[in-house]
Amino acid sequence: MLSKKEKQLIREIWERLTPVAEDIGADALLRMFASYPGTKTYFSHLDIGPGSAHLSSHGKKIVLAIAEGAKDISQLTVTLAPLQTLHAYQLRIDPTNFKLLSYCLLVTLACYMGEGFTPEAHAAIDKFLSAFSAVLAEKYR
Amino acid sequence: MVEWTEQERSIITNIFGNLDYEDVGSKALSRCLIVYPWTQRYFASFGNLYNAEAIKTNPNIAAHGTKVLHGLDRAVKNMDNIKATYAELSVLHSEKLHVDPDNFKLLADCLTIVIAAKLGSAFSPEIQATFQKFLAVVVSALGRQYH
Repeated sequence: MLSKKEKQLIREIWERLTPVAEDIGADALLRMFASYPGTKTYFSHLDIGPGSAHLSSHGKKIVLAIAEGAKDISQLTVTLAPLQTLHAYQLRIDPTNFKLLSYCLLVTLACYMGEGFTPEAHAAIDKFLSAFSAVLAEKYR
Repeated sequence: MVEWTEQERSIITNIFGNLDYEDVGSKALSRCLIVYPWTQRYFASFGNLYNAEAIKTNPNIAAHGTKVLHGLDRAVKNMDNIKATYAELSVLHSEKLHVDPDNFKLLADCLTIVIAAKLGSAFSPEIQATFQKFLAVVVSALGRQYH
């Protein structure tokens, strides 16, 4: 459950992250690959070493998609419809991995925002990413 | 048996060696109570937990957070035998405190976030992975004696 205040906080934070989407996304992915090596299996066709072009472009894609969802959280199912289809029928990433990336995004934000990543912001974004992940997995079965 | 490389050992001892236990301990516990409000169920006797501000300034929570963090010291000093080191504490959390062991992971996650916020980019992916490995062993040891 997200309050109006939390939705606004989420919107503002992700708007600020949009210009640095590449850095945030790549950092979160690197953290995920380091802590949860099983996640690398989905990227065997790409070069995901630190600093690689694939890592940056992929990270950017993910962060921008989340930022788009953050603009109007009540419309997540509409906004994510194409991505739902992509993940369910093509990518077929096991949805437990969404939790792992979500957590690493939180760590990336903590490193990036320092004290600015308050417990309130942490709670709001954790809830948002859970909702986002749930919607993303809706078409799986 | 958990195996630790020399590098992993030094990462863990470095992190704890440079820690302000009072600051980090209180921040980690209060963050846990704010981000995962159901964990407040174990702290009913600690006073005002009514909102985030109250939790952040509650002296009982701060003191308890510090205690928990000092408890982690024992694992740092006994990395090759964390399971045995925490056997008694595991029994305590199960039989006296009745804490659902799933909660240990929630606090561990909040501790990681607090340290990440402190260290910024110095909290690299590799350091994060090592720290998470350490906390996972601690969490497992604390849940080990439940039955």
